[in-house]
Amino acid sequence: MIGGLDFSVVRDNLSYFFIGRYPKGQLGGVGLTLYLAVVSLALSFLGGLVLGLLSVSRNRLLRLGSMAVIQTIRGMPLLMVIFWMFFLLPALLGGGMSAAWTIIAALTLFTSAYMSEIVRAGIMGIPKGQTEAAISTGLSHGQTMIHIILPQALRNMIPSFVNQFVSMIKDTSLAFIVGVSELTQVATQMNNRTMLYPTEIFIFIAVIYFIMCFAFTELSRWLERHLAYRKSI
Amino acid sequence: MLTYKFDWAIVTSGKYFDWLVSGFYVTIKLSAVSIALSFLLGLIIAIMRMSHLRPIRWFAHGYLEFFRNTPLLVQIFFWYFGSYKVLPAVANDWLVNQDFEFAAAVIALTIYTSAFIAEDIRSGVRSIPKEQMEAARSSGFSYIRSMQYIILPQAVRLTIPPLINQFLNLMKNSSLAMTIGVAELMYQARQVESYTFKGFEAFSAATLVYVAISFTITGLMTLYDKKVLQPLKGQ
Repeated sequence: MIGGLDFSVVRDNLSYFFIGRYPKGQLGGVGLTLYLAVVSLALSFLGGLVLGLLSVSRNRLLRLGSMAVIQTIRGMPLLMVIFWMFFLLPALLGGGMSAAWTIIAALTLFTSAYMSEIVRAGIMGIPKGQTEAAISTGLSHGQTMIHIILPQALRNMIPSFVNQFVSMIKDTSLAFIVGVSELTQVATQMNNRTMLYPTEIFIFIAVIYFIMCFAFTELSRWLERHLAYRKSI
Repeated sequence: MLTYKFDWAIVTSGKYFDWLVSGFYVTIKLSAVSIALSFLLGLIIAIMRMSHLRPIRWFAHGYLEFFRNTPLLVQIFFWYFGSYKVLPAVANDWLVNQDFEFAAAVIALTIYTSAFIAEDIRSGVRSIPKEQMEAARSSGFSYIRSMQYIILPQAVRLTIPPLINQFLNLMKNSSLAMTIGVAELMYQARQVESYTFKGFEAFSAATLVYVAISFTITGLMTLYDKKVLQPLKGQ
């Protein structure tokens, strides 16, 4: 009992909160939250890289087209993207996609748009003189991007990627809406079953989310201090 | 494969159109109330964060970190399902006499967004060189007056874009209020879908509204940056 709150409901179901029914059944709880976040982040890194490169392309059509896609996605609530995915993916693929993968698809599409802005800012942040120098030593535009610009830009982006991971962990809570048994869904189930301890359950999962997100926020700050590029040679 | 018949008339007139419009009003109302409150709360937290008293500064810091690093959905659920055990009886009595779903959504959105706003205000103030404060103080302004006449007018101009961005996020985040039954735009779009099976049309209409608001405000911000901020930096 802490301040009139009875956390025994949390203690009795601790493993359910952390791993769901695993290993006897499906992975759930914190385990599934992290799984969704890691897979979606890896995919949206690729998506963001592609969209980001398109948005700095020298081809006007590609540039404007990708900007339009990025801005439209950024103008939508994540919840809307999730509903669109649930609605469109079965129609396009003829069904058969699990709820978890549909959520991963929605999170990936949504976060790719935000990642692409990070990638674009990273590329823009590399002084123009480097491109000019690379071109004048005989590299093509593609080679300049791959060998000169991206390696430096990606390094500068690392803290932002970690921050995006924090947002991703928070965003996975929306998987609750479609019944994927990640941490928030597990908590709601537990709340519906026990009825008496909503305060304890939601405080507990808030603290769990906080610990995960805060750890990565701190990591990002640490990286920002330690990865900072030397401005002069 | 697709035998779907589009019926745009559903979302442009009649009963379902009215549902969407009422949802739009609720979204605007929810966002407007939360924006006003979160700005006030954010300002207070930002001032506390810059206080000379260590306990006050630490409290504000803890507040910021906790609410920024917890999902909004969990905060909404906490206020809606779980707050009655931790709030005083007076507050609970008052809340049940309100539209409780709406109130819980406002509280959650306000507290969540205020944490982000406080950080934006603080970095706006910190971006003003501290020599300006020293110069103001040495020419006889008190601390409050230097803030009022020298620091804040500049900081506010720099803080406007990130703040508007937070307000836009808040508007998009307000869609989460549907999970506790606030009949805002997203909720109504979903209602239309369940009643008519015309999800494509319903979601398109709602998407259009969100994207139109975002585009308008982003456009205005670009203009503000070009007309107001760039000339200032040029000086």
